[in-house]
Formats: sequence, structure tokens, C-alpha cells
Amino acid sequence: MMQDRRSSLSSTLFDVVVIGAGVVGCAMARRFTLEGARVALVEKACDILDGASKANSAILHTGFDAPVGSIELDCIRKGGEEYRQIHQDMRLPLDAAGAYVVAWNDAEVARLDTLLEQAHTNGISNATLVGQTFLRDNEPHLSDRALAAISVPGEALIDPWSAPYAYLKQALQNGAEVFLKCEVTGGGFAGGEWQLETSRGVLNCRQVINCAGLYGDYVDQAVLGQSDFLITPRKGQFLIFDKAAASLLQAIILPVPTARTKGVVVCRTIFGNLLVGPTADEQQSRHEASTDTVSLEGLMQAAIRMIPALADMPITATYAGLRPATEQKEYRIIPRPDRNWITVGGIRSTGLSAALGIAQHVFAQYQDWGAAHEPLPDPKVPQANILAEQGARAWRQGGQGDMICHCELVREAEIRQALTGPLAARSLAGLKRQTRVTMGRCQGFYCSARLTELTDGHFDIPLAKDIKHD
Amino acid sequence: MTDQIDVAIIGSGPSGLSAAIELKALGIARVVVLERDPEAGGIPRHCGHPPFGIREFKRVLTGPQYARKLVAMARLVGVEIRTSTTVVEARPDGKLLLATKDGVAEIAPRRVIYATGVRETPRSCRFITGPRPLGVVNTGALQSTIYLQDRTPFERPVIIGTELVSFSVIMTCRYAGIKPVAMIEANEGVTARWPTGLFPRIVGVPLHLGTRLSGILGNTSVTGVEVVDRAGNHRVIDCDGVILSGQFTPEVALARCGHLAVDAATKGPVVDQYGRCSDPCYFATGNVLRPVETAGWSWKEGRQTARWVAADLAGDLAPVGAEIEVVAADPVIRYVVPQRLSLAAGSAGMKHLQLRVTRRAKGTLVAMCGDQILWKMPLNARPERRILVPVRKFTAADKPIKIELKFIAE
Repeated sequence: MMQDRRSSLSSTLFDVVVIGAGVVGCAMARRFTLEGARVALVEKACDILDGASKANSAILHTGFDAPVGSIELDCIRKGGEEYRQIHQDMRLPLDAAGAYVVAWNDAEVARLDTLLEQAHTNGISNATLVGQTFLRDNEPHLSDRALAAISVPGEALIDPWSAPYAYLKQALQNGAEVFLKCEVTGGGFAGGEWQLETSRGVLNCRQVINCAGLYGDYVDQAVLGQSDFLITPRKGQFLIFDKAAASLLQAIILPVPTARTKGVVVCRTIFGNLLVGPTADEQQSRHEASTDTVSLEGLMQAAIRMIPALADMPITATYAGLRPATEQKEYRIIPRPDRNWITVGGIRSTGLSAALGIAQHVFAQYQDWGAAHEPLPDPKVPQANILAEQGARAWRQGGQGDMICHCELVREAEIRQALTGPLAARSLAGLKRQTRVTMGRCQGFYCSARLTELTDGHFDIPLAKDIKHD
Repeated sequence: MTDQIDVAIIGSGPSGLSAAIELKALGIARVVVLERDPEAGGIPRHCGHPPFGIREFKRVLTGPQYARKLVAMARLVGVEIRTSTTVVEARPDGKLLLATKDGVAEIAPRRVIYATGVRETPRSCRFITGPRPLGVVNTGALQSTIYLQDRTPFERPVIIGTELVSFSVIMTCRYAGIKPVAMIEANEGVTARWPTGLFPRIVGVPLHLGTRLSGILGNTSVTGVEVVDRAGNHRVIDCDGVILSGQFTPEVALARCGHLAVDAATKGPVVDQYGRCSDPCYFATGNVLRPVETAGWSWKEGRQTARWVAADLAGDLAPVGAEIEVVAADPVIRYVVPQRLSLAAGSAGMKHLQLRVTRRAKGTLVAMCGDQILWKMPLNARPERRILVPVRKFTAADKPIKIELKFIAE
């Protein structure tokens, strides 16, 4: 059923409409709600986290290698700090794995000093230089080719999806509204108010924050008639090794970064696997995240070069993500005070780490323009789904129904839960992010049939349809 | 009944149930089968077509009929089958951590038999190019969706592979009124044994030999596949689904994440000729030993393993000691099982080593110990056919040696 784009979607005059339910948009909706603003979050996909935020390396970075004095560094620092403050109350995992930035050849060894200096300048005072013997003692499965490293103890592993879900849940529980399958198509600004046209109708608000990620420039063009930047998606492919491989590594292994990319990382995941990636390839498509045989084989070889024992480990999953890169490395946070509009663009690869900090940064900007709200005195604090491998997961408890996904140990009750409420999964991808179902080593061999039954009537595109017997 | 579980069997497919039934027949008091699904029976439960049961029951049954018959027989002889029971961890000395609908529990049976079977290699491990739309499935997922849920994920799929299971796919599709648009095989011939190769033509599924899947198309749902022939010509076949059939791999997560040695070649646990694992409390039987044999073969293996486990419980099995190590040391030889031969076992245990080749191979199979040729035999083999080599050819050695199997082309 087509809704009239001119008809009103909500009678509320929102203080703020946030466009885009990626990790940045979710954090933004939370921050503004907690500060007392009436917030609406609009997202064109049927599930949140459907763009750049669906695939990343799931690391909470310290910012040791971020450009000195950049907004990015400031947001990563503040974001990390806030995550550490809220994670226990919201039941969000934090695996303090620490990282080694490993030099694999003499040229890289030579660059470590500069990098260490940068880390110290960026406020990461506990970063230190470590030698080969130290690496061998602490990471015995690492190849002998690892010559030296910078140890960055503050780098940590987190759950890339439960965190943004929890941010948005907190916003919703404290009065924000979310509109899914709601694409912003245009709008008009007059008398200090926006009339934002969407595929589901008009929303009225005082302030707009464009967090549309891979489509950030399109949204600026559609509504403002211009964009200050052009998104060129940078694709990153990843390999996920079997859980048995996780015992081969304790810390996050980072390469010595180049100007263009953070390079290929090897680390455990919060879900108990071992991750290798990403590659970095520029492309035009904003939505097609393909993997390709050559790149995946290349990652496999890169992984084995770093950790030779991975040669005998099976692969569990492969995936690709798109980073919203622009012409510049720095974030493109562009305030437009004359139009009550803030563009939050070009959050390339540190969005998960920086999201909470970006939200603080943008709220401070908004306040500078004179907006005044009363922060919520006693906001509700939601509990995230426990999906971390080491967490108190539902499979350990009674009364959660059948085990549906045997590889990831997902119970029926968890799936039913994820199919209800304002953020109910409307696609298999959304359900995976909320439960881990089918993400394990069999990739749906054992549980697909039960899932077609449990999700019947819930998904926009059903997993299967009834057989018509003659 | 005592509290002490004598033997816990992980998995209620053909090999697990046949081991359980045989253990009871041998007088073992308490035999428990642990099945993570709500219903026992294993993979045959969702192979809704014949032929099953010829070896076991001298009758031609469908998969579900066969599974029900095995389950009923096991219950009749006093096997305790615990469904909806997942073994989450298998620890040293046979201690198992279970997850049931009531929460977690631990058991400590005297012996454990792995009978966890095989599954097909998913898309991820095949490194296929393209986005990740819905509608790319293995046979297992397709058959359980069709036979257990009466639903189908697509109507015009392409079938990748020509193993025995690939022809089972065609039968499943016919049952559900699905019309496969093509069957793709990278090799020049059908992998499964004649006369199955004729089957797709008979039922009207175009068979493309010497053709490789080079990409999957479609962002949300499958819109086609890209294939490439030997001459390097690419073309697109329109379809709405992809069935990745075959390329089986043992379901060995518990062992891999636990403490048992896993063989890089079979991808199953390392065993000796009793099916005994690197922790002698654990045995393995059926398809978890190696990919892949029929239900009937697995059933037979389960029964044999039960005898060795019963003997072990009675103290009659040769203890773990000096062993011959057998390795496949040639790219043509895909795997060999068992990988260890207990010297003390003599002629007891498995009578044959099972081998498979990676490609069509005509020549000589040679067993080497260092530079010395121990024996050789003529070999004329195809990838999907088992090769049996008598164990006695190896156990002539009287000291622990390493035997390397090599292939010399004709």
C-alpha cells in the first residue's frame, strides 16, 4: 500500500529527526533523547544497521593512530569512555583483549617509533614498544615473522550489533520514535521548522541530523539541494574462522597502518570466532557488498602468514561491508546553523568506536545554537541481548524452548523475542544481528527448516513459501 | 537401572542408533543416545525418498520410514534416547556438558561414542563470488524445509554438484514440484556412480559438465548464477535459487573445540582401528569418521564400533600403546581412516583402511616407510568411491612407524 508522501506521518512536532539507523544514528537518537529532546529516527531499510554498520571488525578502538587533533580522535576517545561507563548497566560485552600493532618487516619496524609517538600524543599513554621475545611469549601462535610491535592495551572487542540495538532501545524506552522503511525524499525549511518528506509521509521537526552513512550525500542533495562531499563506498571483505581458531590468539593483531587504510586485522570476535579482514576496494555501488574468490583466498593466505596454524582451521563465514568513505580522511561533520541541519558524514571505519562520542559532539554543537532541553532525570536503562560467547546466554537457562541454531546455541525464545516489539526483525539479516542464528559453522544446514516455520509471517521477503502439491 | 551411564552416544542417526542397539544386544546396561533435535533419527528423517534400509532390514524404505524403524527398535531394546539435548562441551575422560530445555547438566558416562555424522560445505567455505542473497542453500536445509515444513525457498534453482546427494536433490525437487533449471559439474563426468548420471536427462534437468560456478547474482534474492566452461566462456543462467550439494565434511565441532585430535585430511577425529580417539574414553563411528558413506554403511560401522566399545568396557580391548601412523602423503589421496593402528590389536578392529582419491586416478598405490616400499597395489579409482585396503598389510610391522601412502600414476 502506497502512503501519500504529503500526508502527515506523525502529528508530533519533533525537536530532532535523525536520518539513518546505523550505529551513529542509534547513538544520536539515544543522546538527544537522554538530553530531553523529542526524537524521531527514520530508516529506509526494514531493519536497523542495514548499511555500513552491518559489517565491521567489531573493535572498540582507542584512537592511538587517529589523526592528531582530529574530530575523529576526540569522538573515539569520548565514545570509548562512555561505552566503558554504560556497558555494565546495559549488559553490553567488553573483552579487554588489547592489541599489538605488529611490524612484519624492517621498513615497518622503522615506522613504529613515529606511531608510538603519535599514540602518546593522542593520549594513549600506556602504549609501549615490545620486542619479538615478548610477542612470542604472549602470542605463541603468531608467526616468527612478527619482528616487533606496539602494545595498545586499551583496544577491546565488543558486539557490533547489540550495542547499537541497546542505544536505540534506550532512546525508544525513553520516548523516542522510530520509523522503518521510511526513506527521506525531500523537505522544506521555513520559520525554524522542517517539513521532511518521506516515503511514509511528512514529519515535522525543528532540527535534522543526517546520519545516512552510505547515502549521506544523497540525502543532503535531496533535501538541501547540495552536498559538500561525495561518498565513494570502500568495500571490506572479511573471513571468519571456526571457533576452534579463537584459542590461537589473545590480543588483536593490527598492521602498521598506511595513509589509506587500517589494513588487515586478525582478532577474536566477541562471538567466539577468529576474524581476518578487511580488504579495501573502492566501488560505486552503495548497496552491493559482494565477496569475491580472489580476495577471500588472499585473506586466507594473509591469515596463514600471520598465524600458520590457521591453515588447518575451517572457515565459518565470509562477508563484506561498505565503508562510507569521502574525498577526505576526516569525518565530515558539517553544521548548517541557518537551516537547523547537521550532516554527520564520512564516518569511514571507526563508527562503532566513535558513535557515542560523535553523538556527544553533535549534541554540544546543537546546544551552542541555543537549544535548551531538560535532561531526563531518571532514564530507563534497557538490557541488551546477551550474545557474547562468554556471557550468561539463554542456552544455559531453562524454559527457553528448543535449541534452534545448534552451532551458535540459539534458543526458540530468543528468536520469538527478536520477532516482536518496535525493532522486530523483518529480515533474516536483522534476525541474525539480534540472535546470531545461522551465523555458525553450518550456515543454516541444520536450522533453516525450523526458521522458515518460526519466521513465517514476520519477514518482508519470506524464507520459504508453502508447497502447492498437485 | 544404575545411575552410571555406561555409554553415551552423541547423535541419533543410523550409526549412533545401530551402535546403541548393538550395545544393548551385547548386554551393556545403560546406553544413552543424546540427540539435539526434538526428534531422533538423524539425516534420513528428511530424505523423504527411497532407497534406505536394504542392508539393515532387507526392505526398501524412505528415509523417514527407515529413521522411525531404527528409533523404534532402539527404544524396544531399552536404549534411552534423550532428544532436545545438546552436548555443548566434551571434556577429558568422557565428561559431557549438556544443554536441555531445563538448563545445563553434566554427565560422566564410562565411554562416549561420537556419531555426529556429516554436513555439506556451506557457501562461505567455498569462497563463491557475489552478494549474499537469500536462496543459497545446502541439500540438508532444502530437504528438511521441504519434507518437514512442506515449504520451499525457491522454484527454479540451479543444482551445483553431481554427487549421489545431488540426485537426491532432484528427487526432492520433483516431490515439491520444483523445476531445477540446470545441474552444474566442474569435472568432465558425473561424480556419482552410473547409472545416476543418466537420471537428470531422464527427468529433464540440463546437465552442464566441465562447467564451474563463478558467481551468484542478486542482492536480496537470487536472480541468476554465472558459470564458466573449460574454454573460459562465461554465461549467466537465470534462476531463483542455488543448491550447493555435497562436499560433505564431518560435524566435529565438539572435538575440534575440545581436546581430541582432529585429522586435517578427513576433518574427523583421529582414530585407531577400533574407532578409538586420542582420548581413549571417546570412540567415533559413522560419517563423522570421514565424508561420506551411505546410511547403510554407517549403520554397519555403528554396529562394529559397539562391539569394540563393549569389549573395552569388559577390559578386553588392546590398551593404547605403540601405534603405526598412517598418513595420506600425496595430493591424489584425499584421506585415509583410521589414521592410527594399534600394534597390540593384532587382527582385531577394522579389517580395512578406507581411502578416497581427489581425482580420477589410475596407477599404483604405494605404502612407504621412509625410503622403503612396504607394499603396493594397483589402483583404478574415482573420487566418490571408497577404496578398501586390508589392515593386515600394515600391521606386519612390529614397531611404531610412520607409513606414508603415495600414488604413482600409470
